[in-house]
Amino acid sequence: MKETKPKYLTLSGLEPLVVTPESNFINVGERTNVTGSRKFLRLIKEEKYEEALSVARDQVEGGAQIIDVNMDEGMLDGKYAMVKFLNLIASEPDISRVPLMIDSSKWEIIEAGLQVAQGKCVVNSISLKEGEAEFIRQAKLVKRYGAAVIVMAFDENGQADTYERRIEICKRSYDVLVDVVKFAPQDIIFDPNIFPVATGMDEHRLNALDFFRATKWIRENLPYANVSGGVSNVSFSFRGNNTVREAINAAFLYHAIQNGMNMGIVNPTMLEVYDEIDKDLLKHVEDVLFDRSDDATERLLDFAETVKGNVKEDVTKVLEWRSNPLQERITHALVKGIDAFIIEDVEEARQIAERPIEVIEGHLMIGMSVVGDLFGSGKMFLPQVVKSARVMKKAVAYLQPFIEEAKKAPKSPKGTYYWKTADPILYGLLKNYAKEMRSKPTHAEEVLWNELSGKKLDGFKFRRQHIIGSYITDFICLKQSLIIEIDGLIHQLPENKISDEERTKWLADNGYRVIRFTNDAVLSDLENVLESISAELKVSPLGTEGARFAGKILMATVKGDVHDIGKNIVSVVLGCNNYEIIDLGVMVPPEKIVETAIKENVDIIGLSGLITPSLDEMVYVSKSLEKKNITIPIIIGGATTSRAHTSVKIAPNYSNTVVHINDASRAVTVVGELLNRNNKIYKEQIREEYDKFREQFLSRTRKKEYLTIEDARKNKFAIDWKTSQITKPKQLGIQDFQDFDITKLEDFIDWSPFFRSWDLHGKYPDILTDEVVGEQATELFKDAQELLQRVFQEKLLKAKAVFGLFPANTVNDDDIEVTVGDCHAELVEASQKETLNFLTLRQQSKKAVGKPNLSISDFIAPKESGIQDYMGAFCVSTGFGTAELAKQFEDAHDDYNSIMIKALADRLAEAYAEYLHKEVRTKYWSYAADEKLSNQDLIKESYKGIRPAPGYPACPDHLEKRTIWQLLDVDNRIGVALTESLAMWPAASVSGYYFANPEAKYFGLGKIKEDQLADYAKRRTISLEEAEKWLSPNVAD
Amino acid sequence: MSDIKNILQKHILVLDGAMGTMLQQYNFSEEDFRGERFKEYPSSLKGNNDLLSLTQPEAIATIHAKYFEAGADIVETNTFSGTTIAMADYDMEDLVYELNYESAKIAKRVAEEFTKQNPDKPRFVAGSIGPTNKTASLSPDVNRPEYRAITFEELRVAYKQQVEALIDGGVDLLLVETIFDTLNAKAALFAIEEVKEDRDIDIPIMVSGTITDASGRTLSGQTVEAFLASISHIPLLSVGFNCALGAEQLKPYLQRLSNETEFYTSAHPNAGLPNAFGEYEESPKQMQAYIEEYLQDDLINIIGGCCGTSPAHIKAIAAVAKKYAPRKLQIQA
Repeated sequence: MKETKPKYLTLSGLEPLVVTPESNFINVGERTNVTGSRKFLRLIKEEKYEEALSVARDQVEGGAQIIDVNMDEGMLDGKYAMVKFLNLIASEPDISRVPLMIDSSKWEIIEAGLQVAQGKCVVNSISLKEGEAEFIRQAKLVKRYGAAVIVMAFDENGQADTYERRIEICKRSYDVLVDVVKFAPQDIIFDPNIFPVATGMDEHRLNALDFFRATKWIRENLPYANVSGGVSNVSFSFRGNNTVREAINAAFLYHAIQNGMNMGIVNPTMLEVYDEIDKDLLKHVEDVLFDRSDDATERLLDFAETVKGNVKEDVTKVLEWRSNPLQERITHALVKGIDAFIIEDVEEARQIAERPIEVIEGHLMIGMSVVGDLFGSGKMFLPQVVKSARVMKKAVAYLQPFIEEAKKAPKSPKGTYYWKTADPILYGLLKNYAKEMRSKPTHAEEVLWNELSGKKLDGFKFRRQHIIGSYITDFICLKQSLIIEIDGLIHQLPENKISDEERTKWLADNGYRVIRFTNDAVLSDLENVLESISAELKVSPLGTEGARFAGKILMATVKGDVHDIGKNIVSVVLGCNNYEIIDLGVMVPPEKIVETAIKENVDIIGLSGLITPSLDEMVYVSKSLEKKNITIPIIIGGATTSRAHTSVKIAPNYSNTVVHINDASRAVTVVGELLNRNNKIYKEQIREEYDKFREQFLSRTRKKEYLTIEDARKNKFAIDWKTSQITKPKQLGIQDFQDFDITKLEDFIDWSPFFRSWDLHGKYPDILTDEVVGEQATELFKDAQELLQRVFQEKLLKAKAVFGLFPANTVNDDDIEVTVGDCHAELVEASQKETLNFLTLRQQSKKAVGKPNLSISDFIAPKESGIQDYMGAFCVSTGFGTAELAKQFEDAHDDYNSIMIKALADRLAEAYAEYLHKEVRTKYWSYAADEKLSNQDLIKESYKGIRPAPGYPACPDHLEKRTIWQLLDVDNRIGVALTESLAMWPAASVSGYYFANPEAKYFGLGKIKEDQLADYAKRRTISLEEAEKWLSPNVAD
Repeated sequence: MSDIKNILQKHILVLDGAMGTMLQQYNFSEEDFRGERFKEYPSSLKGNNDLLSLTQPEAIATIHAKYFEAGADIVETNTFSGTTIAMADYDMEDLVYELNYESAKIAKRVAEEFTKQNPDKPRFVAGSIGPTNKTASLSPDVNRPEYRAITFEELRVAYKQQVEALIDGGVDLLLVETIFDTLNAKAALFAIEEVKEDRDIDIPIMVSGTITDASGRTLSGQTVEAFLASISHIPLLSVGFNCALGAEQLKPYLQRLSNETEFYTSAHPNAGLPNAFGEYEESPKQMQAYIEEYLQDDLINIIGGCCGTSPAHIKAIAAVAKKYAPRKLQIQA
């Protein structure tokens, strides 16, 4: 069964328009027509296309379902204007959603219009005027371009002005179109000519009536054809009397529709509602339309005089949103992409704002974030966003000169900056004081001035004891608005701190950045101080007075990819936000990205791509950058990119920050954060977030990919035992240290975790000068040092250690058999055993080809190799006395030091473990007798061999501590005990194993499966439940 | 050539799957792309898949054969980027005619072999006409919305050359596909109509648009119905959608298309949506299930696969397509 589908005129812009019998009259907007609208003509002549677009938008918002565009004017290049205007409309989704009517008497203009419209348009118009051949030629092309057509009732002999001529020409046209050209009949729209009525000439008396009749005939005799017309023409003779015009238009339209006209050009503001036409007026009008009496025209003319002056203003439709509050207007303009009012709104915002830049950072960004949200949630689509960006750009361009202006400090007649920077009233007073201070600098000030004077530092000119407002600054670089303050001890007093804060705030409000250094820092660490200043100088003073570019951003679509729409959007949006964009375009080879990044000294590299191979290319680019030691943050964007891909494939290859940006509006926030002077925390956050994400992602994707424990064992880490270097410890057996000189540990302390325990994030020693936490860190560090020295001097803490080195071999893959032999007589006696077994766990997740499934037992030679290997175990503690001290502090309500002493004890324990490991490596075992490693190297674990601790990633099984305790007799020898949950007491203790093999390394066990768990329980001779209890964090679900 | 229109009344026809995905497996190097002939060519040629029709013709033929073996009735020529506009990226504008001609020849040769083996199942070659890499109705420069990187006229000329070469090479039909800017497609259709008129021939035309995302619109912003209205002015064999979406996501749009059009319908969706790494993971079985829903709902006359699909996918699709009657056309009153 085949269904039948009726033939309806179907047009389209971005959305379809189907003209069915049920459709209401299709209203064609007529105001974008230079022949009908003086205003539109003027706008086009003056090339005011934006305003011209708003004429089009108003029509669509006002209900036009098609918009007619006509550029036929002697003084215009009609083809150019048509193409340009239609192209502009195409970029305005709220206009281009409706179909276009391309209106011209010149075929070349029509054709030019058709070539730029993606939708199904209407050509207005063709006719038999130039003969059948030309008519056919044009009709064929119209068909080929995929448009519908208006056919004028016009032929070689002229325009049809009677009923008979109308139907004759329309019939002939229809037959040629349908039979010869094979034009779809539903795509034919006849315009049977609407002529003015009430002209006073007899031959015009039937103008309306004949139109009605011809329309009816066409609809009844020419299947599927439509009828249209330009309605306003009918009331032409009443120009100036809008009341009558509107009535005539409305009445004519009403009856034309009754007779079958289904579309037409009507100015909605020139149209009364038929039912609301004054009854008397309506009668007079209809008498004319239907030629009901000889004097109908006379009578209407007379009647018209009585309603003259009762003119309804052709008020442009009230733009309701214009009466909203400023921010809402700006947001509306950005969301809708309307730039007609943006300048006036931005100007209004500028008047309110303290600094012009605030309009961008505030009003405009608020609007853009709404755009971003809408785009992100799929409520806006691409062209709209591009439009929003354009409005943004326009607004920024308007603000730019003001921003530039604000940057320039007005000069005094002498050409100095003093007039602007100093409070003129206080200046006299302060000047003398400043002079005095200049002559009496502190030692630190003198030292620093020595470095800053004479443009010595990077060529920047500094002044000292310079007056700003009511303050005297220590040093200032006016060009960069950077103030340097040297704080002596006096600043440490609370009241001084407050005034410093106030002053810093005031200065910041006035566009200055203040950085502070202590006297001490200047005197003892001048190099770092200068480096910090140097770094500050390079930061542009944007957000203060300046509107230099906030940063330089390289943008590129990677090699092999040509898609750049998204990249361009990001570029524009960033450009709007005062970033300088270096756009390398598309298909950019990695070498060029690297080269440009270096040459232009960019701040951020943006990589974009749409096709999937671009993902690999981005990885490659990041590697290339890494190879060149480039440390510029990378932002990644494009349809196929993702946070997963960025975190898993790109970030691990690049030491600096890599951020994935999923939409253009977020780009601004991300770039802002990245270029913020205090970006450390943000960068760390990103890194952490991505690391975590990656871990989760990888563990998730590997969820089902585990090996059986047997297969994992087969894929163990294979050391070539024949060639592997095994050193027999110089001294086998167990040793302990009962009263270790704790001061030896000072140099072994890794301070970074100490700060972390206080929620101050950053690496020591950089953290001490960190922009955000530096001050607190420095203070904390000072307090810590104080307490530490007290601990040393008063011997408040006691350190003890025990360790043992034993012959050992791996047995049954995952167990390490330690031979106790001679060194532990009690144990041997008690257990009748010469050996103890360490039980290890093995990675079970499926690895990439060539990657082993590790267990720490892999670092010890297996028994069957016949090679004697060795391992060690240890426990250190610096916790003896901690609890007592902490209690003392607590009793004295000094929680601060109570926490401090615990934190310090922890650090000392770690330091002791580090120290002892070194002693073992170089002396007792002596496998690395000649190693020379600094404290930094130790923190970085650059030493040979490892000392993994039970409970940590490589060997998360805490139960192993019991074995260590048994082996070393820890309890008895040094008094460190294991709690029920296998925590060590005192808390400041560290225990673990020693592995000496050069190939031994730290790793994470990851998740294990049930089979290994069961196997482990058996080896440990505990129940499965108990095993699970201890290992649950590592058991895969 | 047996009349494809007659066959379409009786059967659902199966289109092939991805060419690019299959070529990736060969992992061709820059040297492979170049072959002997282009050894010294000044531009980088890796990635120019269309060129492989000249430098690795056997690989192309093998892939066509695999799809026919899997049950495809129609294979697409390896000419997705075969216009002077797209080839400008590789400075290979002068080779456009040859690329299309040879690609058509290769596909036709393989098709004829298969038809010969089984005359009851005639195989067809569709000349693939891609969207080019430029858009005629969108500005690449947001600051100049009136600007266009390519004109209708330039597109028309380029497409005409491609169409002529494809027809000379022996294709049975033309497939204007992956349309993200309707104006580009209109230029292609314009060119095709010109060639048809110049040569006084008729050749079936398939048109396949691309709904880029969940907005349900083409990249140039048109809805399904607007797109259909814009390309239905010449008699088409079929209209449909391909790429960007998987079979599951494409269904609602296909439904709308099927309701509206008087032409046969086609779909060649991707193997699902790409994962985070740009890989398509939908298995043949999964895809088959989604396609079966199309068939149950009577939406489809021609069905195949786009990005990420393989002969295994096509085999699964062909297996299920066999079980259903084709969608019936609505005839205009």
